[in-house]
Amino acid sequence: MIQMKNVYKKYPNGIVALNGLNVEIDQGEFVYIVGPSGAGKSTFIKMMYREERPSSGQMLINGKDIAKLKNRKVPFLRRDIGVVFQDFKLLPRLNVYENVAFALEVIEEKPQVIKERVMEVLDMVGLKHKAKMFPRELSGGEQQRVSIARSIVNTPKIMIADEPTGNLDPDTSWDIMNLFEQINSTGTTIIMATHNREIVNKLRHRVIAIEGGLIVRDAAGGDYGYED
Amino acid sequence: MCATQPEVITAMKIRTFGRHIKESLKSLGRNGWMTFASVSAVTVTLLLVGVFVMIMMNLNKVADDLENDVEIKVFVSLDAGEEEVAGLEEEISGLDGVESADFSTKEEELTDLVLDFGEELSLFEQSNPLFDVFYVKATEPQQTETVAKEIAQLEYIEDVEYGEGKIEKLFNFLNAGRNVGLVLILALLFTAMFLISNTIRITIVARRTEIEIMKLVGATNWFVRVPFILEGMWLGILGSIIPIGLVVLLYQKITEFAQPRLSGELFQLLEFSPFIYQVSALILAMGVFIGIWGSFMSIRKFLRV
Repeated sequence: MIQMKNVYKKYPNGIVALNGLNVEIDQGEFVYIVGPSGAGKSTFIKMMYREERPSSGQMLINGKDIAKLKNRKVPFLRRDIGVVFQDFKLLPRLNVYENVAFALEVIEEKPQVIKERVMEVLDMVGLKHKAKMFPRELSGGEQQRVSIARSIVNTPKIMIADEPTGNLDPDTSWDIMNLFEQINSTGTTIIMATHNREIVNKLRHRVIAIEGGLIVRDAAGGDYGYED
Repeated sequence: MCATQPEVITAMKIRTFGRHIKESLKSLGRNGWMTFASVSAVTVTLLLVGVFVMIMMNLNKVADDLENDVEIKVFVSLDAGEEEVAGLEEEISGLDGVESADFSTKEEELTDLVLDFGEELSLFEQSNPLFDVFYVKATEPQQTETVAKEIAQLEYIEDVEYGEGKIEKLFNFLNAGRNVGLVLILALLFTAMFLISNTIRITIVARRTEIEIMKLVGATNWFVRVPFILEGMWLGILGSIIPIGLVVLLYQKITEFAQPRLSGELFQLLEFSPFIYQVSALILAMGVFIGIWGSFMSIRKFLRV
């Protein structure tokens, strides 16, 4: 379902982030992306939701090359992809409910649908009772759960997480991982870039290691493999 | 995956539009001082545009009125008899572009002179030094010169006289005024647009995270843009309120003052209605235009949506 063929990416400043990378990820897979900083993990992930375009090569989703997708069609691609970040990216002026609802409002969903769906996902991430609270009143883990709720509220088929536990303590990180497991069990593909060795080693899934813009290791149920 | 749903792009929902309006108004308040600065710039610009248009349109009207009064005075040579005069009248009336040709004998001419300049001139009644005259009007004021030259070619014509140069001078004056005004207004428009685009840029910077999230969750480009365009439009509309008010008030005073004094004169000012409403509409349209254009400039540079 996700396929990269000879994806090469050179930034205007001359840095080559991806150097002819090939990969295939099936629907429903859970994949860790590991590797040292600056190895191309972020670029790899950004390719999937067309934040970056390959300089050459193909970036296929369901057989369609999204590198060739017209800019004005990109929003519709993104509606099928949920994205979660290390820094949550919540809107400070909106409360929990509004932050999640925002994702549906901007795609002009009907108000009844918004209400139903938002409460549904807030229930799922266990924050229904904090719907009226503002991000600054929540712990880091809770904030990340809000951002996860937002990313899945329009039922995407792919979920992309860039270091989702990077700012969280170990216990909270496990809560977040449980949530990811749960989302993955409904058939959502999860692609997660991480530096968290403990999680990768305990919660075994496919591991793709990227170094120097290339995949140096790709093992189902592999371990983290770095000492940091 | 990759669902391209063209029907979603087609019509922006009314609910969405309401949201955009709310957002844009909120942003006006949040940007307080910048809003004030750009509205002031628009106000000054539009006020000058309004006054300038008012003056230029009226000068044009005056020029038109004066032009319409331009006559050619054709002096008939002394050796022309009655028959020749009748022939001339026919010939002149038959020329292309001639609207009317009125004959006036030299006696009538002298009577007019005496009326204008006083009894002393009646001395000349003994030996009238004047000529018989045709007063010729061209259909189009611009044709005056051509017609005059054609008449000069005819037989038994002593001389032709018309507002040579005078009309051209008026036109030149009007053109020069227009050009100077246009340059001034363009510079002001540019300043106003620059200030508006700066205000919008601040709004964009303030809402960077929001825009980023919008784009991540799949908001269309127009969805992201519209609130900024609306904000620019409000700036333009707010900036046109005072100029419209002042221009209407000013012209009301001017017409009140000028109308009675100009009655019976060769030229008149433009009527209050519909002229001033047209000027108001123009001011509003320009306000909206510079507002929208100003925001477009910063959106293009800063959003890359």
